[in-house]
Amino acid sequence: MDVVADKTQLDISASVELLRERWPDAISHDNRDGFSGIIVDPAQLDDVALAMRDELGFDYLSSVTGVDYLGVADHMEVVYHAYRTSGGPALVFKAQTGRDDPRVPSLVSVWPGADFQEREAYDLYGIHFEGHPDLRRILLWDGFDGHPLRKDWQEAYYEEEHKPFDSRWPGGQVYRAEEKNVFGKNVKYPDDFDLGRLNDVSESDLYQGLGLGVDVQALDSDGLRTDRLVVNLGPHHPSTHGVFRMVVTLDGETIASLDPVMGYLHRNHEKIGERNSFLHNLPFTDRLDYISSMSNNLGYALAVEQLLSQGARYSPPTYRAECLRVLMVELTRIVNHLWSLGFLLNDLGAFFTPMLYANNEREKILDFFEATAGSRLMCNYMRFAGVYRDIPERIRSVANLVNDKVRDYNTMDYLTEMVNERLPRFLDEYDTLLTRNEILRERTVGVGVLLPEDAIALSTCGPLLRASGVPYDVRRADPYSIYPELDFDIPIGKNGDIYDRFLVRFQEMRESVRILRQILPRLERSQGEEVMSKVAHTPRVPVGEAYGRVENPKGELGYYVVSEGDPKGPQNPWRYHVRAPSFINLTALGPMCVGHKVADVVTILGSIDIVLGETDR
Amino acid sequence: MAQTDLRALQDTEFPVPEELQANIAITSLDKIYNWSRRSSMWPLLFGLACCAIEMIGTAASRFDFSRFGFEVMRGSPRQSDLMIVSGTVTKKMIVPIVRLYNQMPEPKYVLAMGACASGGGPFKEGYNVVSGVDKYLPVDVYVPGCPPTPQALLYGMITLQKKIDGQSLANLDDVPWYGVGPSEPTPVPVLGPDIIDPRQMELIREQAQQAALEAPFGARELPAWVNPTEVAQEATAVVETQEGAEDGVDPAKAARIRKREEAMARLAARRAAKGGQ
Repeated sequence: MDVVADKTQLDISASVELLRERWPDAISHDNRDGFSGIIVDPAQLDDVALAMRDELGFDYLSSVTGVDYLGVADHMEVVYHAYRTSGGPALVFKAQTGRDDPRVPSLVSVWPGADFQEREAYDLYGIHFEGHPDLRRILLWDGFDGHPLRKDWQEAYYEEEHKPFDSRWPGGQVYRAEEKNVFGKNVKYPDDFDLGRLNDVSESDLYQGLGLGVDVQALDSDGLRTDRLVVNLGPHHPSTHGVFRMVVTLDGETIASLDPVMGYLHRNHEKIGERNSFLHNLPFTDRLDYISSMSNNLGYALAVEQLLSQGARYSPPTYRAECLRVLMVELTRIVNHLWSLGFLLNDLGAFFTPMLYANNEREKILDFFEATAGSRLMCNYMRFAGVYRDIPERIRSVANLVNDKVRDYNTMDYLTEMVNERLPRFLDEYDTLLTRNEILRERTVGVGVLLPEDAIALSTCGPLLRASGVPYDVRRADPYSIYPELDFDIPIGKNGDIYDRFLVRFQEMRESVRILRQILPRLERSQGEEVMSKVAHTPRVPVGEAYGRVENPKGELGYYVVSEGDPKGPQNPWRYHVRAPSFINLTALGPMCVGHKVADVVTILGSIDIVLGETDR
Repeated sequence: MAQTDLRALQDTEFPVPEELQANIAITSLDKIYNWSRRSSMWPLLFGLACCAIEMIGTAASRFDFSRFGFEVMRGSPRQSDLMIVSGTVTKKMIVPIVRLYNQMPEPKYVLAMGACASGGGPFKEGYNVVSGVDKYLPVDVYVPGCPPTPQALLYGMITLQKKIDGQSLANLDDVPWYGVGPSEPTPVPVLGPDIIDPRQMELIREQAQQAALEAPFGARELPAWVNPTEVAQEATAVVETQEGAEDGVDPAKAARIRKREEAMARLAARRAAKGGQ
């Protein structure tokens, strides 16, 4: 028993050595320039993964993604990042498979949290995960032609492999993509496509997956054997916080099964991201989790900085820049939690009043963002090795549009007032009004319970994970920026129900205020320091891979970036993958809802706090 | 609305005494009808993406579009007059969007909020993105921005009110729904290998066949009038012939031929792979 306990403490290289001793043929180091981790033979993958989880203690599978190395090594690769919930860096392992018929064993039996991520890799790369219980497309519809993230798959509006396009350079002429496409629209059909045989199969597998075993759409006569009812919630439904859809099987009013259907906002982030240059992608990250754009920026900047720091001529962000980053990210956390709590109460039937109150405070923070970054929502503020610019001297904001009275504040006074008075006062008020509210407790206590071991197994993250009693926060477990020197606690829940998630979010806002109080004096002290290190606007990113992750308000946001690194070639990521917390947290939605009433589904979904821009990407 | 001043409604030569003008208006049917319609536009509670957050912001406490008559947002399309398409329209989502639009009672209006809904925006090149909701639905007002600020959205909505003010029951080109009989619903797109607009079935059929016969995708030549290299080439060709340059093959043309050959090879490989399985 002692040996096992020891093994869970081993650092990454010792863990790898231990695995290599046991499977000398199946495991090799990833020796490519700039890459790390191990390459595991697919035939042994499940055994190795089981040993990683049970013996070495890597109980948390953070990210699974595919990469297509067409033209480089001509294989497909599945990249896994596993962590320990006790903290520490990742164990990165990869499985390589041929491009023609890519097959890799599924790890859903080891880490159930791999479920949606493997489906996504199947959808976008066509990688078959053998043994996956329900391998269907997840973002695109059934019957879609091709697997779009493969390098040889071209979209209808395809122009060139890399941006900036040659046609846009001096001397080039810009024409609209519609003119190039014979259909005049963003569509393309396979060469052997026959409209005569067209039938809509876009949902052919969906209802089969519900375990009904019969085509529910034909259930109108004698075929009806049970009183189960299939109800579609969404994609247009106010409670789904966007364009999300749940196919719910009801037994009376009780949920028998729930199948999330997504992809209604799948706007091809990753494909576009591979054509964009590294810097191009920054404003796109704003639009992932569009409520907390600042934190999204930070995650991506951290990932690319990891790569940049391998090369020459890189200097890390200055202290002031780090302070500004933390300031923005913690304000974003408050913005996000205000919004999510407001809408959670909205879902509970407190129609709009709590949300309107929360929104008042949120708008104050957005004013500060607008004054600093130039935009309320899509801030695009972080840069590699710094931030876009320093906070301005003064903030001017218009109260509303009736009287265009402009209010003019000194920025530091504005922030100080907000952090020391306004936000604490508001949080106390909100707390008094809501936390012990009878109706709130009746609707949330004991509903949607997620046990800690399930929460870890399902790879959930953020407040959802912590409300289940797992004190896992990337800011502490794998620190970045100046978090190590800041004093704050990680609030956790006890029961893992909706009420605990509410409390955890509430407490996190208070902790954020606490962090902000420590940041403000640091800002005063570092006044006048540069906020942007000297890095070229189109930095030469060295070859390699990087996984940058941050504790976003919604959970762990990770960016997996692979750089080709050709110093003279185009500066585009070869692979740009987003490990989206909302997407992976949804894995837990089905298990949490089963057995509850249909009205609780709305609340449970609200308590996960998803945002569709990130879920569907 | 006891405070409502009816002076804005006056639409006649008939003299109404000055002191009564706030309470009595003699007006035309067009005017009072439009006035009441545009003063109680109810938007559909319908958010797609990032812009929806700003739309909610516009509806919320600070900007509050109820002040302009957009009183409440309705969850049901049956009760709404205005569809604010707030965000990126994807191919998967356009199907429900068209259905929702068909379910809205007439007169109905569409406001394309933001760059994505207007023309695809930053995601235009995406394979699952419809480059603008106007490819499927008639749009009344476009609001630029990514996302538009609440101020911009309010301006767009007020612009829509002005548009309604200008409509007339007498002009059926303007407001087709006052014509005889029900108007046709917009055909709902179908999700096949890619999205299919039923209104263009014939066109798609012809063009797909043509494309299959001639050349694979990606290698298709542009018509001369849109091909910038060719236009530039023609312009320089005059100069070149005068100089008598006879280098043989033009590099731009050679590049095009090469690209085409590459694409042909790709297609052949794909077909071989299909046959092999």
